Amino acid sequence: MPSSRILIASNTLGSSAASVTFSGIPGTYTDLVLRYSARSDGASVDDYFSLTVNGVTSSVYSLTNLTSDGSTVGSTRLSNNTSMRAYGCAGANSTSNTFASGELYIPSYTASQNKPLSNYGANETNATAVFMGAVANLYRQTTAVSSITFAPLVGTNIVSGSSFFLYGIKNS
Amino acid sequence: MPDTSTEVALATTTLGSAAASIDFTSISSAYTDLRLVVVATSTQALNAGIRFNSNTGTNYSGTGLVGNGSSASSSRYTSQTYLKLDNFDAGLDTTPVMYTIDIFNYAGSTFKTALVTLSGDTNGSGYVNRSVNLWRQTTAISSVSFYAASTGNLATGTTATLYGIL
Repeated sequence: MPSSRILIASNTLGSSAASVTFSGIPGTYTDLVLRYSARSDGASVDDYFSLTVNGVTSSVYSLTNLTSDGSTVGSTRLSNNTSMRAYGCAGANSTSNTFASGELYIPSYTASQNKPLSNYGANETNATAVFMGAVANLYRQTTAVSSITFAPLVGTNIVSGSSFFLYGIKNS
Repeated sequence: MPDTSTEVALATTTLGSAAASIDFTSISSAYTDLRLVVVATSTQALNAGIRFNSNTGTNYSGTGLVGNGSSASSSRYTSQTYLKLDNFDAGLDTTPVMYTIDIFNYAGSTFKTALVTLSGDTNGSGYVNRSVNLWRQTTAISSVSFYAASTGNLATGTTATLYGIL
């Protein structure tokens, strides 16, 4: 049987970077999956990512989230926003050597329809300030996804050692 | 390099016209787990569900977390006739919604557990759900039906892919 999950590209940062972009994504797969381990220089325990597609920064994004910090749960929403969200990025005040983890799933990324993007991310620190969240993102454009950019929202840079892996999923 | 992938696409369906369900039948028992990935819309607001082996007995239950954009909550259903993909308040409509359904030890002889994610933001409304579900049957799962559990149909373009995990 042929592989369904194929590594398209990866990026392990050797130095800090303001963002990580995967571009030139081929349209030959059915779904995309991004898995990452990340930390930023943001002055907080938890950071998270602004996520944009195809370089688009107009108000075509929206999201609904579900969050937990070890004691409380919550949910918020952003409509007609200029970016989406992805959890799974530790901040500079997080326990040292701790990198948060996350996954972003983009089904039917070449389909001519609006696109849901599912994210799950967590930052466990062996301390009280922890975070776990899921996000239902929506990209209201019918064009295929050909590039994806992650940028920290609290920090300025994603720090060295953070790693990102882009997989293509084939359904045949 | 030999192909060492443990995730294999078994079948995929994209609806060319509206339909009540997408069915995967004669599923091989050669895998450890199954994963179903669905991007769906519907002809009208409705609830989506899953049935295994066409079983309509009251053998399905689940517990979930849902965020609706203003609050988070947990709820449960018991002894239902189908696995409730969106029992936790979210429904299917004209904006694409994504589901993943991970079905563990589907060929084993114990009750079957399924973890479900639903990402259903619709720009101003919608939900994000995570749930665990149980099918209280010991028979191996050989068919999976993703279907419209209330009035209406799955819309044209709805896509479902079934993967086997070795």
